[in-house]
Amino acid sequence: MKSRSTSKSQLSGSEGYEILRLQDISIGNLRRRKVKMILLILGPVIAVSTVVTLVTVSRAMNADIATKLDEFGANILIVPKSDDLSLTYGGMSVSGVSFDTRDLHEDDVGQIRTIKNRENISIIAPKLLNAAKVQKRDVLVVGVDFESEVRLKKWWSIVGKKPETNHEALIGAEATNKLQLGLNQTFDTNGETFTVAGILEPTGSQDDGIIFIGLKEAQRLFGKKDQISLIELAALCYDCPIEEIVRQTSEKLPRAKVMAIRQTIESKMEAMHRFEHFSLGISIVVLFVGALIVFTNMTASVNERTREIGVFRAIGFRQTHIMKIILTEALITSFVAGVTGYFIGFAVSRLVTPVLTSNGGLAITINYMLLCFSIGLAVFVGLASSIYPAFKASRLDPTVALRAL
Amino acid sequence: MSLIVAEHLCKEYNGSAEKVAALNGMSVEIDQGEFIAVMGPSGSGKSTLLSVLGGLNHPTAGKVLVDEIDIYSLSTERLADFRREYLGFVFQSFQLIPYLTVVENVMLPLAVSQHSNRQQMDMATVILNRVGLEKKLKRLPDELSGGEQERVAIARALVNQPPIILADEPTGNLDSFTSAGIMQLLQTLNREGHTVVIVTHNPVNVSYSNRCIELRDGKLAHSELEQAPPTGSQSVI
Repeated sequence: MKSRSTSKSQLSGSEGYEILRLQDISIGNLRRRKVKMILLILGPVIAVSTVVTLVTVSRAMNADIATKLDEFGANILIVPKSDDLSLTYGGMSVSGVSFDTRDLHEDDVGQIRTIKNRENISIIAPKLLNAAKVQKRDVLVVGVDFESEVRLKKWWSIVGKKPETNHEALIGAEATNKLQLGLNQTFDTNGETFTVAGILEPTGSQDDGIIFIGLKEAQRLFGKKDQISLIELAALCYDCPIEEIVRQTSEKLPRAKVMAIRQTIESKMEAMHRFEHFSLGISIVVLFVGALIVFTNMTASVNERTREIGVFRAIGFRQTHIMKIILTEALITSFVAGVTGYFIGFAVSRLVTPVLTSNGGLAITINYMLLCFSIGLAVFVGLASSIYPAFKASRLDPTVALRAL
Repeated sequence: MSLIVAEHLCKEYNGSAEKVAALNGMSVEIDQGEFIAVMGPSGSGKSTLLSVLGGLNHPTAGKVLVDEIDIYSLSTERLADFRREYLGFVFQSFQLIPYLTVVENVMLPLAVSQHSNRQQMDMATVILNRVGLEKKLKRLPDELSGGEQERVAIARALVNQPPIILADEPTGNLDSFTSAGIMQLLQTLNREGHTVVIVTHNPVNVSYSNRCIELRDGKLAHSELEQAPPTGSQSVI
């Protein structure tokens, strides 16, 4: 028989290959206890898939909301540069006001379409403002491109129809009352006769006191060929900061003052942030519940394996070895849960997003960063939830565990 | 110096009404190469003595020296190392790991050693051949008979080539024929140089030992040399 050392300092510790072998024990346990493995994975899978679904769907909804909000009214205003303080079009609801403007040119509209982020320009709505006399009253007449204007002002509700021909006009609710005009009735201004094709429902804005005619018609009527008083832009800002679009537009239009309409942007951002915060809150709750499930299942698994752990300890496994076995199982199950949870979340997102967004929102494709994040999150939650059960397992008294001794 | 020296061992458990003394100041010395049978009535402290000698159960008082090492002065982790290097346990009811195959169960003590996977397989295969289970390496424990499971348990206890084998009722769940085979195996291992300590209720098993220790009320009541059974006894291996 080989001789043994008589000194306790000769007792060797465990070094080298132990991790691989302990891993075999963990894998063996999981492989042959498939139902247990499924139960260990289920909690994290539900948590991860919920988080992935929330993140993916909220991103798609944010993009959808952002696009809708970006197209709901202007968020950039372009006016001629001026040293004077003056009333601007995007301000108060004032009727019967006329004022002089040094105008922009129609070529400026084309210039806007040449900026670097031109794909972010959704709607360009040029306008020509001019004062005119109608029934001896001073009225603000605005020449617009009706196609762009109606797209920009989605809150407009038109009784009748949008003007389609020359000498047709769209009149605001207040102007209609003051001028006593109804649908299909005519009025004269600057020596020409116009028919009321449509009447705007009250908007509570400056538009209520305005007569809208075609832009070309207005330029001809007021002798301002190719001139424009101001341009309203709806820019898509989801993936491009509005300041950048403003800067690029300013470079193209040195004679113009380009301004981002802060109130609109901030309202939009607030709406998006609220939704993001809501999603984050739900995700945290779900993750916490998932961690709790892992903790409970792992603790139950450790309790079921009391005798087995007692055998390991009795035959010479250290406490660290026991912990490694338990945590390796947690690592494997968490990794599988992360991958599975991601793809389930991905599938659910693809089903749910078209229902929650118009025209499908963002196309849902595999996001490898989110996949890696899901795996990392699942592993972190799985390991963190398993530390206490692993610690408890490693401290089991072998004699209590085995009972037979 | 004896291989195992237990001095004035006391072990108390906290019962619901009062403390229970499983060991009550017993001392014993076991020399290298001895085959000890520990007997006694239920509650005499036999299994407790085995667990204390095996570094599994801290005594309330007294000390245990194995190969001149005061084992209960070691840290928890070093005590685990001691068990792995010096001891081979054969538990009552085998205590095989149900999801590991026969060869994996036998390799278990090697899982935290420095042996390569190939060395592990070779050591396990040699031991399994020794106990006659070479054709059942890939079986799971519940696919084996009681005697086969006991032999796997013995193989697991031997695979690390420990100098000391501790067996708690190694034939408790077996029929007489199989029991004889197991006891002959233990006797053979003893003759090869392993120190064997078994706890048993079966007087027949005592005849395989060369010393019988009897416990009563946690104390050493009796220690008697035995005569080994004649050679040529039947074997199931």
